[in-house]
Amino acid sequence: MPKVAVELTRITKSFGAVRALGGVDLMLAEGECLGLVGHNGAGKSTLMHVLAGTLRPDSGSLAIAGEDVSAHFSAATASAHGIRCVFQELSLCPNLTLVENARITHRALKGFGWKARARKLIAAKLDEIFPNHGIDVDAEAGDLNIGQRQMAEIARAFTVTDEPLRVVILDEPTSSLDAVTAKQLLTFMRREVAKGVSTILISHLLGDVLDHCDRIAVMKDGKVVAERAARDFTRNSLVAAMGAAAETKSVRQIRSRAAKISTEIAVAATPETAGRTASLTVNKGEIVGLAGLAGHGQTRMLIQIFEGARKPGGATKVAGEAAFIAGDRQSDGIFNLWSIGENTTVSSLKTLRRGPLIAADREAEMARDWKERIGIRTPDMNDNILTLSGGNQQKALFARALGSKADIVLMDDPMRGVDVSTKLEVYDMIRKEAEAGRSFVWYTTEIDELSHCDRAYIFRNGAIVAELGPDELTEDKVLHASFAESA
Amino acid sequence: MTNYGESRNHPFLSYRDCESRMTALALNRKTLRALLPLLSLVIVLVATFYAQPRTMSYFGLNLMLQYAVPIALATIAQMFIITVNDLDLSIGPFVGLVGCIGATYLNDTPLLGIVALALCIAAYAAMAALIHLRNLPSIVVTLGASFVWLGIAVLILPSPGGKAPDWLKAIMSLQVPVVPFPIVAALAIAALVHVGLMTSSYGVIMRGTGGNPRAMARAGWSELRTKMAMYALAGLFGVLSGLSLIGLTTSADAHIADRYTLYAIAGVILGGGEFVGGRVSPFGAVIGALTLALAGSFLIFMRISPDWQIGAQGAILIIVLALRALINTGEARR
Repeated sequence: MPKVAVELTRITKSFGAVRALGGVDLMLAEGECLGLVGHNGAGKSTLMHVLAGTLRPDSGSLAIAGEDVSAHFSAATASAHGIRCVFQELSLCPNLTLVENARITHRALKGFGWKARARKLIAAKLDEIFPNHGIDVDAEAGDLNIGQRQMAEIARAFTVTDEPLRVVILDEPTSSLDAVTAKQLLTFMRREVAKGVSTILISHLLGDVLDHCDRIAVMKDGKVVAERAARDFTRNSLVAAMGAAAETKSVRQIRSRAAKISTEIAVAATPETAGRTASLTVNKGEIVGLAGLAGHGQTRMLIQIFEGARKPGGATKVAGEAAFIAGDRQSDGIFNLWSIGENTTVSSLKTLRRGPLIAADREAEMARDWKERIGIRTPDMNDNILTLSGGNQQKALFARALGSKADIVLMDDPMRGVDVSTKLEVYDMIRKEAEAGRSFVWYTTEIDELSHCDRAYIFRNGAIVAELGPDELTEDKVLHASFAESA
Repeated sequence: MTNYGESRNHPFLSYRDCESRMTALALNRKTLRALLPLLSLVIVLVATFYAQPRTMSYFGLNLMLQYAVPIALATIAQMFIITVNDLDLSIGPFVGLVGCIGATYLNDTPLLGIVALALCIAAYAAMAALIHLRNLPSIVVTLGASFVWLGIAVLILPSPGGKAPDWLKAIMSLQVPVVPFPIVAALAIAALVHVGLMTSSYGVIMRGTGGNPRAMARAGWSELRTKMAMYALAGLFGVLSGLSLIGLTTSADAHIADRYTLYAIAGVILGGGEFVGGRVSPFGAVIGALTLALAGSFLIFMRISPDWQIGAQGAILIIVLALRALINTGEARR
């Protein structure tokens, strides 16, 4: 029996009424790689924050190398005990160079010559993990692209000064890495594990977890529901353990809709982000998907259409008004200080006027109406928008767009971080609205969602490289179109 | 399909590095940005020399720039606060209060004076604690504090007067060969702060707190402590500013430095600092302060009435910021 590196016992944590962790037991042995998988919101990240000392659990105990540390556990003590974490949202300071960022996690890097030591430390580790990375360690983190930042942060987590290196938590470490660097990382991780370092790998890429972990723990609703050696899992049994909602939306069902789409063209546009590209058209009442690798010009396309709707006569032809549903709720979507009702009605204020003033009763009526129609779970639409969960905030944004008079609804990967049941409700609503004659342009990073679209355009490097019809919207075809040439 | 969100985090499904060409361009812009404060100083200096050639001398520069030292110190104080994403609207009245203490207690009963000044610095640190613990906007707290400073200053020195200690006057009328004292002093201040804030390992922690407070907390650094340290440093430089000011004026007045609040903010921003994100530059801030001090003299030489001066200085600020925005446009979007 190998020695225990970390042991978590009956950890609970609630945020307000939401129970994020409901009594989690988890053990990590020395020199072991544990895979942690589960749905969005299963509590993986919360659990890792507890382990990294950045969140205090409500109850439960935590022991590191046999020593109970739960009494005064903090980020500093976690680090002193050799626990490092690469968080999903990166934690580099954008205004500091990588060398300076290395200093932040290492208290020992101080006094004369600290910079030279820090430079050597981070550069050596980057070279070790990601040979030929081409990253300048004296560049400010904010000037690097997201993949380089992720590489730098991973390298930083594995650097050692005076504090030991016992456990490294990697929360979706490959989300911004390309295939080559992701492979380098996973290989390096196995090397470290062989040396006796324990790692926890959280990933949505089941293949990575199955291939590179010794043991896999599956989380669901704030609990560990399955925990076995990795070789005892298969892809299917893992998915089954996570209790993934069986989404077998048949493509055929959608195809039967195709006949109903009008031939009237709602949007005709050519991406401005590339020289050689195909064009996009959207018919009235059609749901058109934008797919491809994340960040390859899809959002620019949506913005271009949105701007085209405001400036008639441009190269981008848009028949009617457009509404935009942001995927990044916090920065582009909600008004933090406003109520749910105000957030919902803000796009329709023109129609809610009485003379020059806003008619409060009509505003409230519209808010009430949408609360029912879209099922926003709140006792009172006058509560602040932040009292809602993420999924319900997103519903309010849908209500804002659908409640306006817009003929074309632009969606910028709006289902990020939304739970499955909300998603299903919204999919239904989109279909109904489309049947009523509204057009949807839907950028999504989840290939599954394309099955709700009538057609899809695949983007690569800012250009439209393929158009897929209803019976071609399969994972294979989409991936093939996204990667042709580049992979 | 049992595709379990694979698409979103597929290693292929991520960015493509296509910005190497942009990096060279961005570096260029960066240098340009860094040089902008210096450029504006040179332009104002040349304009002043053109308007009044006799200022182009040791004595002329000394006279024109003598008030640059207290302004530079107040600007550095403001810069410390801006480094941690706050804004200090009380630095002007605070400098005035220090001036009043300096021209009364410090001269009559030095020990009491020193204790009073130490209390002032402690008050700044306490203000940081209040702002952080109660999660209050710094603008509100410091605006409130500014009236407190002013009130205390009026209580200490109800009408203009008092007498600055002789040693202060001696320091401020120091003559240095070749380069006028204010320039030497300003550069020395900038160099000192540069070493502390930009190159020391603790300066990294301070700036990091402005850049990403959450990351700092995750690394186990106390934001409260950092903020208190930065505010205390701001208090210290505010005290130095007040003392250097009365060393020049030889007497004090509660309202002597009311304009410094805006000078200090303008100086930091002129010098290339940003309101949020921990991006500041000590040399830039000092150069910004010198530019503003010179702009005052230049406007007098242009026979622009003092009533219009604040407006004219505002115009200079807007022009420089517009230039900066121009440099920034086209910088790679991320």
